[in-house]
Amino acid sequence: MNYEHLLSVQDLHTTFTTDNGDVQAVNGVSFNLDEGKVLGIVGESGSGKSVTAYSVMQILAENGGITGGKILFKGEDITKWSESQMTNFRGKSCSIIFQDPMTSLNPVFSVGNQLMEAITLHTDKKGQAAKDRALEMLKLVGINEPEKRLKQYPFELSGGMRQRVMIAMALACEPDILIADEPTTALDVTIQAQILELMLDIQKKLGMAIIMVTHDLGVIAEMCDEIIVMYGGRICERGTADEIFYNPCHEYTKGLLHSIPSVTGKKERLNPIEGTPINMLNMPKGCAFCPRCAAAMKVCLQEVPQEISINEDHKASCWINIRDHKGVQEEVTTNG
Amino acid sequence: MAEHLLEVEHLKQYFPIRDGFFGSKPLKAVDDVSFTINHGETLGLVGESGCGKTTVGRSILRLYEPTDGVVKFEGEEITDKNIHALRRKMQMVFQDPYSSLNPRMTVEDIIGEPLDVHKLYANKKERREKILHLMDLVGLNAEHATRYAHEFSGGQRQRIGIARALAVDPKFIICDEPVSALDVSIQAQVINMFEDLQEKLGVAYLFIAHDLLVVRHISHNIAVMYLGHMVETASADELMDHPIHPYTESLLSAVPIPDPKIARQKNRIMLEGDVPSPLNMPTGCPFRTRCRYATERCAAEVPELTDRGNGHKVACFVK
Amino acid sequence: MENKSYDPNTNPVKKPLSLQLDPSMFEPATPEEKKQQDVMSESTTFLKDGLRRLRKNKLSMFGIIVLLLILLTITIAPSIVPYGYEEILSVEGKRDKGAKNLKPFEFSKNEQRFIQKGGERFPHIFGTDEQCRDYFIRVIYGTRVSLLVGFFASIIVLIIGLIYGSISGYAGGRTDMIMMRIVDIIYSLPDMLMVILLSVVLPELIQVPKKSFLGRMGPNMISLFIVFGLLYWVGMARLIRGQILSIKENDYILAAKATGASPGRIIRRHIIPNCLSVIIVSTALQIPSAIFTESYLSFIGLGVQAPMPSLGSLANAARGGLQTYPFKLVFPAVMICLIVLSLNLLGDGLRDAFDPKLRR
Repeated sequence: MNYEHLLSVQDLHTTFTTDNGDVQAVNGVSFNLDEGKVLGIVGESGSGKSVTAYSVMQILAENGGITGGKILFKGEDITKWSESQMTNFRGKSCSIIFQDPMTSLNPVFSVGNQLMEAITLHTDKKGQAAKDRALEMLKLVGINEPEKRLKQYPFELSGGMRQRVMIAMALACEPDILIADEPTTALDVTIQAQILELMLDIQKKLGMAIIMVTHDLGVIAEMCDEIIVMYGGRICERGTADEIFYNPCHEYTKGLLHSIPSVTGKKERLNPIEGTPINMLNMPKGCAFCPRCAAAMKVCLQEVPQEISINEDHKASCWINIRDHKGVQEEVTTNG
Repeated sequence: MAEHLLEVEHLKQYFPIRDGFFGSKPLKAVDDVSFTINHGETLGLVGESGCGKTTVGRSILRLYEPTDGVVKFEGEEITDKNIHALRRKMQMVFQDPYSSLNPRMTVEDIIGEPLDVHKLYANKKERREKILHLMDLVGLNAEHATRYAHEFSGGQRQRIGIARALAVDPKFIICDEPVSALDVSIQAQVINMFEDLQEKLGVAYLFIAHDLLVVRHISHNIAVMYLGHMVETASADELMDHPIHPYTESLLSAVPIPDPKIARQKNRIMLEGDVPSPLNMPTGCPFRTRCRYATERCAAEVPELTDRGNGHKVACFVK
Repeated sequence: MENKSYDPNTNPVKKPLSLQLDPSMFEPATPEEKKQQDVMSESTTFLKDGLRRLRKNKLSMFGIIVLLLILLTITIAPSIVPYGYEEILSVEGKRDKGAKNLKPFEFSKNEQRFIQKGGERFPHIFGTDEQCRDYFIRVIYGTRVSLLVGFFASIIVLIIGLIYGSISGYAGGRTDMIMMRIVDIIYSLPDMLMVILLSVVLPELIQVPKKSFLGRMGPNMISLFIVFGLLYWVGMARLIRGQILSIKENDYILAAKATGASPGRIIRRHIIPNCLSVIIVSTALQIPSAIFTESYLSFIGLGVQAPMPSLGSLANAARGGLQTYPFKLVFPAVMICLIVLSLNLLGDGLRDAFDPKLRR
């Protein structure tokens, strides 16, 4: 292997042009993804988590585009690839499943038709071979009576079943990366549990890497090895699941964890983050979170904090951590 | 004063679904549901989509004409005749903060609409004062009064919706998934506000939601629905800690826990398959097709809610 | 070099994470400071936002300018040009028989003599027609007629369509079903045939005073209006019904019901304001289609009654000497094109600016 990471996103910037001005949806995001890992990207609406995922696939809306940074897939910068190379990349090397399984399947073609199309497009399997592969995939995602389902149309299936078909389609060509954009948000809890278990199960079998984009901390906790917390188009904190949940360092992550009702059912008053989500057209000059941060300092308003290591599994971009960091402590005391 | 604020007895709500050219068959959205809500308390109503929990709320408010059953508010039976007056005491908060506010109206007019309808002010000045008081109550800035709804974020819109519900000074508010469309951090703000308002104004809530952690946090009692039937009801802690009905059990175990260590240890009861279509209801117990304890009796008879002590009622033959 | 960098006394080394910040920067920020960072966008109303969008749309601004120019011309021109639309040209009280089929800006022999004698004569900007009438003023009046027909026909369509569509959409159920089947029946009637039939039958049935505006337009025009009133509202009614059906789905309607608002209030306060933009846009797009209909009816001789001109009848009359006098067809035809095109551009622009579905 002549590359370091399966996927390496470096200083990614994605901008959308709107009637009211430019929106910097992703603002300098970097992360690495290795084979067989599950990376969780968590954040609120407008945090840039979905746009980051769409940027990797280059399936942004027409008014958006990557305006800076690199996306290295197996060492090659895919932002420089042509559209035909990208078409090949999507589906074969990297596929995506969306939130709404109803709108992501074409209602006028049968399930089998769509599944086989995905297979013939990216592999050299044709005709019967493609059909066999489709059946195999449907079995893999736990759909009973696959023969019958192949002939059915999306509206004849339930939401959970459709999401299974979507997963089957995404995995039909054995991609290296599976991006899941809020895959269970539209589903009921019991169905959500089925789908999450299925995804973990398949991941173990096929060994692909998963990028899990979601706002649900519960889903993240159950699924992910590593977690990235995003706010206002930037990464505020990243680390292993245990580090993020048990040793949160960024004020936003702390606030987020305090906002969820207790699992044990203790009736404590919730401790929400005050304020309203940021206005992407009017981003603060300093840290994006500072207008809502209870511990904001003067420096937070002025400058964007750098990312520093808390320990080897954990990094955060918060001025409070920088302030408390040993090196800075010394300098502040010597200067003052 | 009646013992309970709201009593729902054997509520049934069927919708005719066209079947073939002339015929129609009933879709049993709510089938024989009974419960009570006390003054100033919260009943959480949980269940998966299509279980009829939203319909229950709307039938109580007579947004649908109930097929059968009695709903009593403060001991008085709700009928078409007294519903207009009762709408001053019962209000509703909706799920979608985007479609529940008219985009062509200012915040002031949205909150003022119930005041206009029930003529609750003497002059323009009083109307404005009342509106500003309501905005203050839900944590909105007075300077936002002349803005349009689309200029606000989801959480602020939901506050506007709550202010509108509070305008008539109701004793009972039906909250239909009021926080499910909001981001986690905003969700917590709104939940706290619901609790504060209950403390301050003594309103009772019917809190309809699918997020069990939220429901447990806010409710005194919880009722679980499945396919139009109520399968279990108890106090919030009792139900969450000692679920009896197999459906409640698996529902609880399916909730993703935002705690990696607990999540890793958890032994999940996986439910097989999907919820059956309400047009093709299974005979007997509605849950039996997915239940791992199902017996022959479950297919033959519909189980009634029976009290298992401490007001913990369960509709199940097996457990 | 080496010495310097290792000697902290002479040249302090910047520590890896140091940004050389003032310790005072690490003091807590005041709520006011935080609030400054959190700005809400400027307040815009729906109308302001839409107009801003419309102004950005170059094509529809072009449409508006052309329309305004046309409107200005047809209001001012008749008081400047000293000829009437049915006036046969005469010089010094005598009929000028040589003023037939003049080219633009050309004078007849009589007129040239008159000018040489020192008389003032207004130029025939578009020339004259075969009956010695000034063509410019005829085109101006033709445009007036066409625009009026287009405007009033659209108003008729709007009123009937709005009432019918709102009732059908709001009532729903069986009422809606029956009302929509009636619409289907009307849709299936051939409109041309109806116009021809009505224009034959109408003069027998009703007597319009000859002197009135409608009387001068002729029975064909009245039948045209009636046909619009009877037949063309169905499209509008369907559109408004669909719009109301989708607005009815919104939770704010349910919220209004839950507060106890009456159906009248719900229609007035919630439904109409929300379908207003669609109504305005489709009315704007209805005008050119009405003008077109009038024009081709006049072209096949079923339009306004002579001597009243309309753009269509002018074009029809111009067919006669098409090879010798092509300009006589060009002027009314270009006018129709300009009006229809600019109205369509304006309508499209309005739709893009006000249709909430296209908003980002």
